[in-house]
Amino acid sequence: MMKKYFQLMTPIPRKTYLMVSVGSLLALFTIWCILTYGKIVDPFYLPSPTEVWQAGVKAVQDGTLAFHVGASVFRVGVGFVLAAAIAIPLGILMGSLKIAEAVFEPIVDFVRYLPVSALLGLLLVYFGIDELEKISVVFIGTFFQLVLMVADVTAHVSKDLLKTAYTLGANGKETFMRVLIPATLPGIFDNLRITLGWAWTYVVLAELIAADRGLGHMIMTAGRFNEMGKIFMGLVVIGSLGFLSDYLFKIAYRIYLPWSEKMEG
Amino acid sequence: MAKLEIKKVNKVFETKKNRKLKALDDISFTVADNEFAVIVGPSGCGKSTLLNIIAGLDTASDGEVLMDGKRIEGPGAERGMVFQTYTLFPWLSVQKNIEFGLQIKKMTKQEREERAKQFLDLVQLSKFGDVYPKELSGGMKQRVAIARALANDPEILLMDEPFGALDAQTRVVMQELLLEIWNESQKTVVFITHDIDEAILLADNIYIMSRLPGRIKEILHVDISRPRSHKSLYTPEFLKLKTRITEAIWEESKAAATEIRK
Repeated sequence: MMKKYFQLMTPIPRKTYLMVSVGSLLALFTIWCILTYGKIVDPFYLPSPTEVWQAGVKAVQDGTLAFHVGASVFRVGVGFVLAAAIAIPLGILMGSLKIAEAVFEPIVDFVRYLPVSALLGLLLVYFGIDELEKISVVFIGTFFQLVLMVADVTAHVSKDLLKTAYTLGANGKETFMRVLIPATLPGIFDNLRITLGWAWTYVVLAELIAADRGLGHMIMTAGRFNEMGKIFMGLVVIGSLGFLSDYLFKIAYRIYLPWSEKMEG
Repeated sequence: MAKLEIKKVNKVFETKKNRKLKALDDISFTVADNEFAVIVGPSGCGKSTLLNIIAGLDTASDGEVLMDGKRIEGPGAERGMVFQTYTLFPWLSVQKNIEFGLQIKKMTKQEREERAKQFLDLVQLSKFGDVYPKELSGGMKQRVAIARALANDPEILLMDEPFGALDAQTRVVMQELLLEIWNESQKTVVFITHDIDEAILLADNIYIMSRLPGRIKEILHVDISRPRSHKSLYTPEFLKLKTRITEAIWEESKAAATEIRK
């Protein structure tokens, strides 16, 4: 009877899917409750849900949460939008013109392998400790990856689609604008979704050092004062923000790319 | 009068490690106006390369292709093409797919829409104008691809195994539909296939290609009366031709299978 749920790559009923998803989250929460309320783990290392909730309520009431979330969202937003705004056209160019690939790929490939954490010191010297430095960390962390991913998506657009456009009378420019670009959209969307997740990782990293605001900073200071509830509250908030942005991407995908093979019906 | 003249076309591919692979060897033939020409040959004999050269999507290493006496230098709307892979633009509705070439030609919106509807009718898909290609079956996708190519009013329709990915039953239905459309439009068609039944059913003339490097091994005229249908497959003329072509291709395939590629 259970066998039908274990067929490779086969859809399961939507209701079952939802129930299992919610159940899995609830199970995690239950384990947390048992470990903390059951006094199995020292409350210093793992605060209880109550403690985390109270830390959250306090941070909401005194406005600090909104302040830190605002700072992080701003940095992710600006850094990520800038990275995407340059990476998408450059990636499409690299994927479609060999000469552009030859110019940019060696550089991008080199920088891509430099861990952003290794560049932090340099960025602090170059850009100081203000917003510019934080945004540059997000930018560097996502830009170089995104360029290559977009180039790859572009290079894999079906040649037959382009040939079709040519035999329908389109010239190079028309084929580029009307066929190549739309054909890359689903892949670019997927990659934006993945790199936005990384942007969150990098903003927190940037905020751990020489910052006076942001969720990373909030967690770091809480750690210094042993406010475990606050640390965990910060982690839950970061996770939720990631979850929310991912969800928004899914909705946008459904609205803007209803024709994609990935969308059902 | 010759619509299409293929004159001593050679094609050599430079493979990696500087090796050379000769794909087409001195191919010459002419296709008459309104002719349904079918090129058959063993797989990997350079059929698609030849069609791509006629389309202007690839260039000959040597020799030339003339249409109405003019040398083909690149792709153009006067040579429409239908591919084996599904090439409908997935982001455009069926109707907009058919309008694609018309929009490039700067036809007015009203004209475009009317013409697209007319060709959707022709391939019997009038109800599907508003859906995205992902909702169509393979056979329907190819119908739209044919409608899209024809709506553009090309002088020659190039078809590269357009029914190759379809199941046997759908394929026969599509072949009959294509014959009907061709009969009405009287376009010149150059059609590639490795399906011998398909070749005989459709062709005025069959151009049999050899194994690599591809040459024209034999040209056969198909004398079966038109209009044809799947019932033509049972006639004695059909069987006679089929035996002959099968033997010719079998010879090539067998030789190709036991040869070492240089």
